[in-house]
Amino acid sequence: MNFDRLKEKLEILADAAKYDVSCSSSGGTRKNKKGALGDSSVSGICHTYTEDGRCVSLLKVLLTNHCIYDCAYCVSRSSNDIKRVAFTVEEVVDLTINFYRRNYIEGLFLSSGIFKNADTTMERLVRVAKKLRLEENFNGYIHLKSIPGASDELMQEAALYADRLSINLEIPTESGLKLLAPEKNREDMISPMRYIQHGISQYKDEKKIFRKVPKFAPAGQSTQMIVGATSENDLQIIKVADYFYKNFDLKRVYYSGYVPVLEDKRLPSLTTEVPMLRENRLYQSDWLMRFYGFKAEEILDPTMPFLDLEVDPKLSWALRNLHQFPVNLQTADYQMILRIPGIGVKTAKKIVSARRFQALNMDHLKKLGAAINRAKYFIDFNAGNMYLKYLTDKNFRKLLIGGSSSKFQNQFSQQLTLF
Amino acid sequence: MTTLLYDGSFDGLFTAVFEVFEYRYKEVEIISKERFYQENIFAEIHEVVTQNEKSERVLNKLEQNIGRSGIHQLLKVFLSEDPELEQLILSAVQQSVQHPNENILQNYADSSILGISKICKSVDRERHRMTAFVRFEKMQDGVYFAKIDPDFNVLPLILKHFKDRYQDQKWMIYDLRRNYGILYNLENCDFFYPEEKIDLNQYQNKFHEEENNYQKLWQRYFIKTNIVERKNLKLHMQHVPRRYWKYLTEKN
Ligand code: SF4
Repeated sequence: MNFDRLKEKLEILADAAKYDVSCSSSGGTRKNKKGALGDSSVSGICHTYTEDGRCVSLLKVLLTNHCIYDCAYCVSRSSNDIKRVAFTVEEVVDLTINFYRRNYIEGLFLSSGIFKNADTTMERLVRVAKKLRLEENFNGYIHLKSIPGASDELMQEAALYADRLSINLEIPTESGLKLLAPEKNREDMISPMRYIQHGISQYKDEKKIFRKVPKFAPAGQSTQMIVGATSENDLQIIKVADYFYKNFDLKRVYYSGYVPVLEDKRLPSLTTEVPMLRENRLYQSDWLMRFYGFKAEEILDPTMPFLDLEVDPKLSWALRNLHQFPVNLQTADYQMILRIPGIGVKTAKKIVSARRFQALNMDHLKKLGAAINRAKYFIDFNAGNMYLKYLTDKNFRKLLIGGSSSKFQNQFSQQLTLF
Repeated sequence: MTTLLYDGSFDGLFTAVFEVFEYRYKEVEIISKERFYQENIFAEIHEVVTQNEKSERVLNKLEQNIGRSGIHQLLKVFLSEDPELEQLILSAVQQSVQHPNENILQNYADSSILGISKICKSVDRERHRMTAFVRFEKMQDGVYFAKIDPDFNVLPLILKHFKDRYQDQKWMIYDLRRNYGILYNLENCDFFYPEEKIDLNQYQNKFHEEENNYQKLWQRYFIKTNIVERKNLKLHMQHVPRRYWKYLTEKN
């Protein structure tokens, strides 16, 4: 193997794949067969973090950055004048195995520019996964990026060897997609997703009857949306996410704040800041929908289509619903305790078990890990709580914001001048 | 005040706990021999001889009360090497004997129990980090070797993880601070305790010929997968505290 050539390809194809933000290796349970390599655990492992603070758990590369399409937001687009390279199937397999053996990664995340056509590309991706599983006995995690327009037969094969499949919606709205990726068609993105979703539910049914059914995309599907390349609002984005969670059983939706790297009059200018705070708020909302029992309509509504940049979505909800507070920690049900600002899932669970032993007070709550500076205004104890007098204060919101400083303060002031 | 001295082992500790009940000691402290310096010459010393039947009796009883996962938490407290570990474990056992029908480890309002829960959290965090930050380096003899130096004694907690994961390669994880390790030789996976410290001089010279290439590839990958426009070193440091950098190929 020519090491210098391989290094060059790796540099280019990792660089081009880095804007795909999904990294999770969770949700797979592929147990090692005796004497083989690899084992994926449910929670996944971040083996390191990039300097931008993102988790690295998979070798994330493109198979090639050759592409026949010309999507405005993508560095690999055909009109971009860059060096084009392609890995061989063997090279990707070799890198994956050798990185895995050294415990650098949990597995492979393989995506690709579209060369020739969708099926030729998809077929090559599947070949990598197949070789890893069948020839290398590899049981680590494999995430394949499906190619829009790929045939059902290839999707079927992909799902047999990969743990997770995804197709990036990229642009949340159809009109936005038309503008930035005119050759792409939303239906071509959605139909492979629908195929996989049917396959997964069929797998679940068959599994109930037969014990040995081959695994079918066991870690499910995910997708990614770029935020801030076009002009949609947060309500639209959350609604799309909610729709895909509900109708396609997606495991995750990723939100990727647009990084301006290309000059194009359809896109925000190169000097535009990456909308990190907005992206962060979207993840927080997503989290509320997946783990806190919030509905999309509770987080935003048409009269308020953007997420509050000053406070997180849970606090924002609480401020709009003060009539639901205070919540008595001794008697309230778990679901309501989860809605108290400053109390997370773990703390809520601890509260529910600790209160069986004794009446809780503020001190206990602090020790159980609640963010007291927020939580204290929204709760009640059997013995009362002196902070409750602020709850009805006209300036309550100001008081709360004054008490906490945002890590995005700098960016926040810039954003403020924009609106 | 009676001081119970035990040999520093898990079974020794639970033998000591058994004897606290057996001799109905009221005020006690349990200390491992290694850490004991006799300051109070009037202290009453009770030397514990490790007896597996005694420790098993305590552990079986505990298992009925707080389950296997409860025992596992006490094991983590033991491996934390926390100076309070014996007192915390003793207190948990005493409370469990008093309330056999409750899982007392959930009584987070009690200060010992909260202490246990905090220690478990720290140990878990480091256990998890060790599954992430161990970096194997392939040696000339084909063995994948990793050095670690964790704050807590987590090797026993990560053995199964690596054993499940790497079954077709020989590997070794060596705790530099505690001078012992795990070795997997394609058949068994066991602890080993070298007589002398392993000699790490000339270590790099014993690398397999391909090792430096893969390290280089990984380092380049690490740089190229970063998005410069989103640089956030504070977050980076929070996830990868500096004390772990010495393990990490991509940080060297
Ligand atoms: S099809 Fe994919 S790789 Fe090709 S330009 Fe569009 S986004 Fe980029």
